[in-house]
Amino acid sequence: MQAETQQNGFELVYKKPVTLTDTPFHYCPGCGHSVVHRVLMEVVDEMGIQDKTIGVAPVGCSVFAYSYMNIDMQEAAHGRASAVATGIKRIHPDKFVFSYQGDGDLAAIGTAETIHTVNRGENILMIFINNAIYGMTGGQMAPTTLLNQVTSTSPYGRNHETMGYPLKITDMLVQLPGAYYITRQSVHTVNAVRKLKKAVEKSFEYQKLNRGTCFIEVVSNCPSGWKMTPLESNKWLEVNMFPIYPIGDLKVPAVSINKPEKQGK
Amino acid sequence: MEEKVNGKKEARLMKGNEALAESAMRADIDAYFGYPITPQSEILEYFTLEMPKRHGVVLQAESELAAINMVYGAAGAGGRIMTSSSSPGISLMQEAISYIASAELPCLLVNVTRGGPGLGTIQPSQGDYFQAVKGGGHGDYHLIVLAPSSVQEMADFVFDGIRLAEKYRCPAMILADGALGQMMEKVVLPEEGSLPKPEKNWATVGKPATRERNVITSLFIDPEKMEGINIRLQEKYDKMREEVRFEEIALDDAEFALVAFGLSARVCQKAVDLAREKGIRVGLLRPITLYPFPKEAISNLTNKVIFFLVVEMNAGQMVEDVALSVNGKRPVYFKGRMGGMVPTPEDVVEKLESLVHTLSTSKI
Repeated sequence: MQAETQQNGFELVYKKPVTLTDTPFHYCPGCGHSVVHRVLMEVVDEMGIQDKTIGVAPVGCSVFAYSYMNIDMQEAAHGRASAVATGIKRIHPDKFVFSYQGDGDLAAIGTAETIHTVNRGENILMIFINNAIYGMTGGQMAPTTLLNQVTSTSPYGRNHETMGYPLKITDMLVQLPGAYYITRQSVHTVNAVRKLKKAVEKSFEYQKLNRGTCFIEVVSNCPSGWKMTPLESNKWLEVNMFPIYPIGDLKVPAVSINKPEKQGK
Repeated sequence: MEEKVNGKKEARLMKGNEALAESAMRADIDAYFGYPITPQSEILEYFTLEMPKRHGVVLQAESELAAINMVYGAAGAGGRIMTSSSSPGISLMQEAISYIASAELPCLLVNVTRGGPGLGTIQPSQGDYFQAVKGGGHGDYHLIVLAPSSVQEMADFVFDGIRLAEKYRCPAMILADGALGQMMEKVVLPEEGSLPKPEKNWATVGKPATRERNVITSLFIDPEKMEGINIRLQEKYDKMREEVRFEEIALDDAEFALVAFGLSARVCQKAVDLAREKGIRVGLLRPITLYPFPKEAISNLTNKVIFFLVVEMNAGQMVEDVALSVNGKRPVYFKGRMGGMVPTPEDVVEKLESLVHTLSTSKI
């Protein structure tokens, strides 16, 4: 990227990457989506792979991801983003392909696609935003909703006897040989954002190796759906979500060193 | 495996499903995504056997849902893509087919139908006519629908389907049935590499700095914009009318017209011979494109024939389109078998005779 230090006589401390369009984010104030979008596109910009990256947008709050990401993108049906990404990657094995989904999309309606995409070791990056709620439809219970958490469809709190347990799908994926790199990150602090960016960079680097699926869960917030201020939501996330969805790497390439080399497609 | 003998193409004896799959290979399909279901699993099997030798992609998906969404992704990425399934599996695919139609992605879908409703039977049926020609999924859209009635056409229509799909950026469906998929007939396969690939400047291949990003989507929140998309689709469907195809058999001197597609048309061909031996001057109109439907050809026949008898392997589906085309000018009758049963030529002749008899005694 060209180094620019001055703009209009001011010191330039941040510049929007060319991989983001000028369209203003429609996300609620404090929502993690826009941060994840930016981090993702910063990496694509910094790696110089805008012309080699194809993304898949989900159904959910980030349904318009393609309005903000200045790259070739496809909009998938609810739950099917990783199947769509599979189709793209199989046609363009030399391109960088990622899917972007929320918890309802990836861990409820799209559970089968999620598991089988990783099980095939599709050489893509899957990004999973977990905010324990269906945001776009108005705050209904998600598969990742915590026990006793109140949502518009668990108004008395999530009761495991009738509604099951929070689905730790990322933990489930760890045991699949097709998974190459699995990590759980967040975007609620500056430090967390930096770590997420590292994880995204690694994932795109790994994609060049053709060794399997990279999967990043981002534990995120939903101030509107949780009915909290952004600050409250970030606090709530730390206190309530991290114990169930602890931050950190779940599977790193060194762990899978004995895995047989994936054959070229 | 080649078939040229003394410069002439040699016919091979093949199953319909295999002829279709081999034809797809020769049409230079980039990727096939599928899921096993009777009576079309030979298509997936043939691809898994042959595609690796030809450097194409074949993927057995975890479900029809996944398979059709892989088709969406791969077709959106600019590939020449197909999938196949049978009735229940095609029902599962409908949501994504609607997306594909809206996003205007060319691809080839094959439905080797079986008897329904529900899990039904694995025997042949034409019970998916409505689903195929009226859209099938949600929203106002159509597929290009081709109805083969022989193993030769199972092979040929792969090329026709892809050509039309790419010409109109509209998914095309081959609507066959279990009998056409399973039966063996002689077939002369299309020539490899005879279907050039068009430029797809709309595909998601990675955005160079020199152009705007390509987005494949069917989401247009603004209703004015969504109506605009609909108008464009409808204009496209109107334009497709020039692709109407049908076959006329023994209609020159006919007093009565049979209308049937696919396997039913094969039955009716025999019925025409049998009826004419009995002195009944009947002919057959066989729609080849079920969408666009040959309504003008049927409408023109109203000046010539006394009535229409539509023969289908269902409870009466295409008969509604025939009746719309006839528009009340002549009576339209129906003879069908359901649930995987195939009418015999004798069944058809018997129905025809009773209709002719009623006619002669009712002094019209």
